Amino acid sequence: MQNLPDSRGRFGQFGGRYVAETLMPALLELEQAYKQARRDPQFRADLKRYSAEYVGRPTPLYFCANLTAKLGGAKIYLKREDLCHTGAHKVNNTLGQALLAARMGKTRVTAETGAGQHGVATATMAALFKQRCEVFMGSVDVERQALNVFRMKLLGATVTPVESGSKSLKDALNEALRDWIATVRDTYYLIGTAAGPHPYPMIVRDFQAVIGREARRQILAHENRPPDVIVACVNGGSNAIGIFYPFIRDAGVRLVGVEAAGLGLGGPMHAATITAGSVGVLHGNRTYLLQDEMGQIRETHSIAAGLDYPGVGPEHAWLKDSGRADYVTVTDAEALDALRTLSETEGIIPALESSHAVAHAIKLAPRMAREQIMIVNLSGRGDKDMQTVAKAFGVTL
Amino acid sequence: MDTHHNTHPDRIAARFRALRARNEAALIPYIVAGDPSLARTRELVLELEARGADLIELGVPFSDPMADGPANQRAAARGLAAGATLPAILSMVAELRRVSQIPLVLFGYYNPILHYGCERLCADAARAGIDGLLVVDLPPEEAEELAGPAARHGLDIIYLLAPTTPLERSRGIARSASGFLYYVSVTGVTGARARLSADLADKVNQLRAVTDLPIGVGFGISTPAQAGEVAAFADAVVVGSALSLLIEANAEAEDLVPTAGEFVATLKDAVRAARAAAPGATA
Repeated sequence: MQNLPDSRGRFGQFGGRYVAETLMPALLELEQAYKQARRDPQFRADLKRYSAEYVGRPTPLYFCANLTAKLGGAKIYLKREDLCHTGAHKVNNTLGQALLAARMGKTRVTAETGAGQHGVATATMAALFKQRCEVFMGSVDVERQALNVFRMKLLGATVTPVESGSKSLKDALNEALRDWIATVRDTYYLIGTAAGPHPYPMIVRDFQAVIGREARRQILAHENRPPDVIVACVNGGSNAIGIFYPFIRDAGVRLVGVEAAGLGLGGPMHAATITAGSVGVLHGNRTYLLQDEMGQIRETHSIAAGLDYPGVGPEHAWLKDSGRADYVTVTDAEALDALRTLSETEGIIPALESSHAVAHAIKLAPRMAREQIMIVNLSGRGDKDMQTVAKAFGVTL
Repeated sequence: MDTHHNTHPDRIAARFRALRARNEAALIPYIVAGDPSLARTRELVLELEARGADLIELGVPFSDPMADGPANQRAAARGLAAGATLPAILSMVAELRRVSQIPLVLFGYYNPILHYGCERLCADAARAGIDGLLVVDLPPEEAEELAGPAARHGLDIIYLLAPTTPLERSRGIARSASGFLYYVSVTGVTGARARLSADLADKVNQLRAVTDLPIGVGFGISTPAQAGEVAAFADAVVVGSALSLLIEANAEAEDLVPTAGEFVATLKDAVRAARAAAPGATA
């Protein structure tokens, strides 16, 4: 398997740098700065120290005895990214990129956010490293996610509501790029997922790959062999690429990405980009997109705000086309069921995003043999979703 | 192979040659196709031409215009709502070509073009009478699949140069470009600015060392005074957001077209006056 991305930032036909000229020099500079940082023992030591002492790594790999017994098939392990500081895997990336921004002498960091998880993780690192922070968030999301807006402000960030387009995540990304076009000299744009123009998909993957490296070491310690299957939810796809990447060369390990089928793939109310989309260019990269017959980007739906984006990281597009990973879908209703099941059987309330991965694991495990092993990336905890879940279950809080 | 190159009139180069002979800068209005309707766009092009426009950039509306400020974002949304798809825009252009020979450049984002198909788009655009393509999110590094078909069908690809672009990189971009080069006058998205960058003239003059192509300047130019200021040293002045705002304010008005024409006439007067006093002026 080749080392990707190539020098043009490509994973096969996917990826690249489709941006306005104003940003091109900044992307080339970022690529150089990242390559130097990666080789710098001081940078690596800082990353390691903050990962251990601030984020709380390594996160546990937990064997779900109850769920495994209930389903009567493969052994199910959870990679507990929900136990990271700020409650999700997002912080692995914001830590790495905020350190990189500091190393590059950038005094201001910006981010886009949908549900607010990446915004909170960015604001957190900006507070720690004394960087000014501005987070762009669709005005619809600002209203829906008042708690996370408050958290970001408490952490010292400015939250800027975005009124353009569909007023949600893709529009927040547009606005973050517009801001960066105007502020590129002193601002570090801290993207939240393994998408966007090269070198971002590579940088985000590398910082998230700690998930897979740990999981690999941990499963070898527990079981003395790699797993048969790894399951992770995918939209932009940073948690999935983080756990997949260190296993790509293990040909016997099946990699399964779970996309949001929302209300069902029959209608427009979903966000299953790889499963139902087609190839296009958006936000700096060539990848699968949900778009209409004229190449206009479609609006999406998922009960999980963090899966509600019409694109997907280019490396996933490549893993799909190369056949190395499979992509399946789970509906809102199935994700809600899975959230309830994991809460009741293991005492772990997963984020709605991660519940998509759990839902697929629940379908898959009974069809596997008892000696087979499955790892599910539990990318985040469910506290942030309690309003949404209560509403879906018809409960008034 | 189906090549149109030999029969395709080189309207952009011819226009710049004629203007250079008169020591005059080009005025390039930008309007979004379909804003407020394709029928109006057709009338607007003819009116702007009559009132002094030298080349027109026709915006192809996209759902996610990442390099545009609010005025052009809203113009794109109106264009989309009016059904300004690439096929509809090209058939409007084909109709326009029966009565006008003004150089026309499609200005837009890559995804609608990619979706239409690069080869098919270049063939259809050339046949309809388009002269060039400016694709905001397609730097030369990524332009290979469009540049081939564009060259075969005689379409210019117009590239952007930014204040952040190092001179060496500008040299490389200039080598890939044809038609003219478009210097982005601000580090930022499209939209009116109170004042232009102080070093704009110096920047444009530096670029003369890396290219013989005409150099246009755009992003942020919204008034006749600013247009005149830029026309003193640039080969072309692009005005976009100011027209989008004017169209927005007059979208329902019966006199939208003459109102837009009047504004363009004041811009062109300023552009002409900018060099009238300069030595060698013949206008």
